[in-house]
Amino acid sequence: MEEILEILEKDGRVSPDDIAKMLKKKPQDVKAAIRKYERDGVILKYKAVINRDLVKAEPCGLRALIEVNIVPQKDVGFDRIAERIYSFPEVSSCYLISGTYDLLVIVEGKNIHAVSSFVAEKLSCLENVRRTTTHFLLKKYKEDGVILKQKEENKRIAISY
Amino acid sequence: MNNKVSKKVEQMQPSGIRAFFDLVLGMKEVISLGVGEPDFVTPWVIREAGIYSLEQGFTGYTSNKGLYKLRLGLHRYLKSKYNLHYSPDDEMLITVGVSEGVDLVLRAIINPGDKIIVPQPSYVSYGPVTELAGGIPVYTDTTKDGFKLTPEKLEKAIDKKTKGIILNYPVNPTGVSYRKKELEALGKIILKHGLICICDEVYGDLTYDFEHTAFPTLAGLKKNTVYLNGFSKSFAMTGWRVGFACGPKEIIAGMTKIHQYTIMCVPITAQMAAAEALVSGKKSIEEMKREYSRRREFVVEELNLMGLLCNKPQGAFYVFPSIKKTGLSSLEFSQKLLKEEKVAVVPGTAFGQCAEGFIRISYASSMESLKEALLRIERFMGKL
Repeated sequence: MEEILEILEKDGRVSPDDIAKMLKKKPQDVKAAIRKYERDGVILKYKAVINRDLVKAEPCGLRALIEVNIVPQKDVGFDRIAERIYSFPEVSSCYLISGTYDLLVIVEGKNIHAVSSFVAEKLSCLENVRRTTTHFLLKKYKEDGVILKQKEENKRIAISY
Repeated sequence: MNNKVSKKVEQMQPSGIRAFFDLVLGMKEVISLGVGEPDFVTPWVIREAGIYSLEQGFTGYTSNKGLYKLRLGLHRYLKSKYNLHYSPDDEMLITVGVSEGVDLVLRAIINPGDKIIVPQPSYVSYGPVTELAGGIPVYTDTTKDGFKLTPEKLEKAIDKKTKGIILNYPVNPTGVSYRKKELEALGKIILKHGLICICDEVYGDLTYDFEHTAFPTLAGLKKNTVYLNGFSKSFAMTGWRVGFACGPKEIIAGMTKIHQYTIMCVPITAQMAAAEALVSGKKSIEEMKREYSRRREFVVEELNLMGLLCNKPQGAFYVFPSIKKTGLSSLEFSQKLLKEEKVAVVPGTAFGQCAEGFIRISYASSMESLKEALLRIERFMGKL
């Protein structure tokens, strides 16, 4: 049944009926499988991938990648401090990383002031946060497997044998 | 000078549906299900290898037989995939697509008046190229046998002048393929009469319901077989034009002679990219194949629901539904569908007169386009 995930990961809007046709299964079985994935947290949510550069009414915000060095805590290691950090709504992603720093935190803000004040006033002053290094993102080319560019038109000829 | 063009070429039948194709090309916003190539672009790793080879300055001729690196890669690929052994030195030739392979082998084996059996419906070039080589194509109609050549029909088609047979599977245009047992039955007859089997297995990697059997792997048949394959369909590399032929030394040597005088060698960039495809393209093949298989299930189900009856094809990316119940001819149906709903399909008759009453639908298109096209076809059927 993993193939259902493969289909939905590419296009979350494919209906269970269509998936059933593609996989030659009964629609109710596909529906049940999807419900189970949702219940088990395998499928967490469905959302649209938006190219913010093209949204005119709302100029795209600023994104920063912040390297955070942390003093781990007894028994819980990095998890508790990570939770304190990722709970801020400004944080869009948070990863534990091997190497010269510990957490990679991705922060979204309206502008440079919003991001810097989050770093200065919320993140850096957390107990256990030893040091932060902030990189502002300049341009997005590809995100989560999606190339952020409009599809080029089909280059095939219309009829061939 | 009155007769500028040779009699042979003048007498060649031009494709009867040329006008229909021109009509399609002149129209805008058509959803085309008439395409005989993948809708994927060549996987990036392969394209990158082509670009890199240019940067490195690989811009010259290669050996007539093709890059040794590529032949060696093919030798390993065939060995691991089918346990099939062809020497990269003298049993293999890199060709400009399978199309050149078909032309070369026919010219290499045919004496004037030799007959070549061509099961129909079939790919468009087999008959005309046989004629150009001085042979006579003998068409056998497979429409009443589920589009498969049966041993009985094969036996019946053979006479003293029969030199060989062109066996393509999975079949373009029907998507039908043969199981090992069926091939063995045909193989027995081919051996009995000492025929040469030219097998075009370019869609072999796109076989969905069972393992593809390469014809030369059948007991005793390697010496009677010229195995043709290419990178176009399985690696989504149609425009690179790389194919290969494997077979008995003397036939390959004959083909290489013609190849060296006419083509010299396949463009080096394409050969470099193809060599890379064998090394790192396997994952992409598997992904594309799963995607095609899902579309196939979807399209077959939808077509049957709307009354365009078709069997589920086992390979390639085509379905070949019957349109007989509409009372229209293949060409009329295709023209009307194009004019009224802007969906292009290929009339079955493009692939042989016996395929009147069928159309070829290619599902090498995105699910979105397929869904929209099927909706339009359904609406069209409702109006008939």
